[in-house]
Amino acid sequence: MKTTSIIKREQPHLVGYGTYVLVWGALLILLGITIAVAKMDFSNFSVLINLLIASVKAGLVLMFFMHLKYEGKFLKGLVLLTISALALIIALTFSDVWYR
Amino acid sequence: MEPTPEDYSGKYHIDETGKKIGMWFFLFTELLFFGGMFLLYSVYRYRYPADFHAAAKGENLVIGSINTAILLTSSLSIALSISAVRKGNRKLSALLQLITIISGLVFLVNKYFEWTEKIFRGFYPNSPVMMEQNKGVILFYSLYYVMTGIHGLHVLIGIAVISFMVAFTLRGAIVPENFAKLENTGLYWHFVDIVWIYLFPLFYLIT
Repeated sequence: MKTTSIIKREQPHLVGYGTYVLVWGALLILLGITIAVAKMDFSNFSVLINLLIASVKAGLVLMFFMHLKYEGKFLKGLVLLTISALALIIALTFSDVWYR
Repeated sequence: MEPTPEDYSGKYHIDETGKKIGMWFFLFTELLFFGGMFLLYSVYRYRYPADFHAAAKGENLVIGSINTAILLTSSLSIALSISAVRKGNRKLSALLQLITIISGLVFLVNKYFEWTEKIFRGFYPNSPVMMEQNKGVILFYSLYYVMTGIHGLHVLIGIAVISFMVAFTLRGAIVPENFAKLENTGLYWHFVDIVWIYLFPLFYLIT
């Protein structure tokens, strides 16, 4: 394709194969840790720890696989706004559920 | 008609941000859609902790863990396929998309075995066995079927969409100058992966 040389358009960040494989490795290690934590049984804490690990995994997918790390402030802000909205809905519901 | 590479040389205005933001907005609605179900789960789990604890013992941790690994790997392959097409390696990209499709299918086959195993034990909504259980156990299984069912439907839709992407890639309709279709398909697939990342600890790891 000879036309590529004349294209000056702004292209999104190109992530290399290596970065993706590293992220995938980290995700599998975290999967192993989360299973180990569940097996060890820290009673009430294991749920919290497992949800924290899940959030780290989700964050890795979001930042690298979904390229959020390389996006502008506008899109990052929108994602934060949506997650905050969901967190607020959950917090408001539990502010009721907890004190019943 | 598909634009030719010449069309990208500045003849038309191409909105890279707009193409992506539309997909992200759709994913936001999806997040709130699944969020509602996660909210139901947390409220009922808070109300019936012992029942949820006992019911989760009926889950197969081995299949659940394997399925998580499969889905994480499929996310890697679709992410790699985008980099491959941008580096001009069309065939490698199509192959990586095919690996994603196969992973998705294996995930669904495992899900099928999980569901049929439960149904044979009599654990399905409104079954005689189910009606004798505690309220919390009934809620656990109802939420299990709804949440993994809708998630599975998303995997199925993802497989269908990626199948089109394989054809587009091989036909040359996804090129380094314009790969938004594949990029947005990837975003969808990763989102479905994230939903599973939360479903896995909530249904399999709370025993």
